[in-house]
Amino acid sequence: MQFRNHRIVGDIIELARRYGEEGADELVFYDITASPDGRTVDRSWVSRVAAVLDIPFCVAGGIRSIADAEDVLNKGADKISINSPALENPALISELAKRFGSQCVVLGVDSRDENGGYFVYQYTGDPDRTEAAKRTTVEWVTEAQDRGAGEVVLNCMNQDGVRKGYDCTQLSAVRAACQVPLIASGGAGAPEHFLDVFRIADVDGALAASVFHSAEIPIPDLKQYLDDNGIHVRI
Amino acid sequence: MSIAIIDSGGANIASLLYAFQRLSTPAELTTDKRVIEGADRVILPGVGAARDAMDRLRAADLIDTIRGLKQPVLGICLGMQLLTDASEEEDVECLGIIPGTAKKLPGSVTCPVPNMGWCATRSERQHPIMADIADGAYFYYLHSYALPLSDHTVASAEHAEQFSAVTGKDNFVAAQFHPERSSSAGAQLLSNFLGLAT
Repeated sequence: MQFRNHRIVGDIIELARRYGEEGADELVFYDITASPDGRTVDRSWVSRVAAVLDIPFCVAGGIRSIADAEDVLNKGADKISINSPALENPALISELAKRFGSQCVVLGVDSRDENGGYFVYQYTGDPDRTEAAKRTTVEWVTEAQDRGAGEVVLNCMNQDGVRKGYDCTQLSAVRAACQVPLIASGGAGAPEHFLDVFRIADVDGALAASVFHSAEIPIPDLKQYLDDNGIHVRI
Repeated sequence: MSIAIIDSGGANIASLLYAFQRLSTPAELTTDKRVIEGADRVILPGVGAARDAMDRLRAADLIDTIRGLKQPVLGICLGMQLLTDASEEEDVECLGIIPGTAKKLPGSVTCPVPNMGWCATRSERQHPIMADIADGAYFYYLHSYALPLSDHTVASAEHAEQFSAVTGKDNFVAAQFHPERSSSAGAQLLSNFLGLAT
């Protein structure tokens, strides 16, 4: 779920409640209001989400320190997801895992297929700042696990927003190097895409945003479809 | 009805407080011995490492208080492990209320540790804590250690190996999963806990 300002927080709460009732297994909130310039951010929305939601949720964006993470977790989030700040300072992963446990430290990775090699990108929240992190995706995922990341969300940028299916080839390559839960992101446009990514890339979860926001793919229908096709899900 | 949640440290107590708010029965987070002893229901939650949590309970002088409680007590996640004899995690001696020792999950390529996610949970014996919950209902788990099956096991789940999902002895019950994050099945379990006979 993406949101841009406080005016629509009311909608976020309602959307969270709706997804909980429809059978989503987990929600990820990309807090793009949390700016990297270090100013104080209002995270009271985390408490309001925690009050209505009875499934786990993760907050991504704006977490650059132990104090940021503690604030989000104390307000009721179950996990925190870090991306660019981990690339700037990989020791942050180790510090968060030691302080809060690996189970709540998620590594978000934005990765792009370039001539069959997979490379990490950072600052992808801002098109003007997006740049190659000069690391290969498999190396980065391996290092992050060694440092204590308990889950990896791999966003395949070349597929993101085009709704032509997850990048199962890239996800399979990362799966082979990833011993912690791996969540696929980027490209979901049809129920078959979800089935494919579970079957082919053996991921632990599949993340999608626009097809759920628009209700193009109702979650109960999707879960029934997966279950009918032998992918065991909570219904 | 008064509910005391024992503050054993660690983050993420908020979601448990909110879960009881949703049941219209607010709970109080406390380390006050008198509040805990006087509550109608007591929750022992826990996030983090067993040794830290036991150290905090000891520092708050709550070890014997918890052992002596007569009202229904619910241990959640690490709180379940704290109710047992010991945890293999750093070889910590625990409260010794429910027999058994928490062991590290074996894990495998297809079942990474920590176990994070929704697991089908099977009934092993009748217990009012599981009333009106379908056999095989999914609950949300986040853990690296678990209690093996025993005579006290009420429900089981599997992650490379079977373990106790719910256990109970006398007025003590415990869940390895997080009922506060387990949707309607979790809310039902918390509601059942509030309804347990005293």
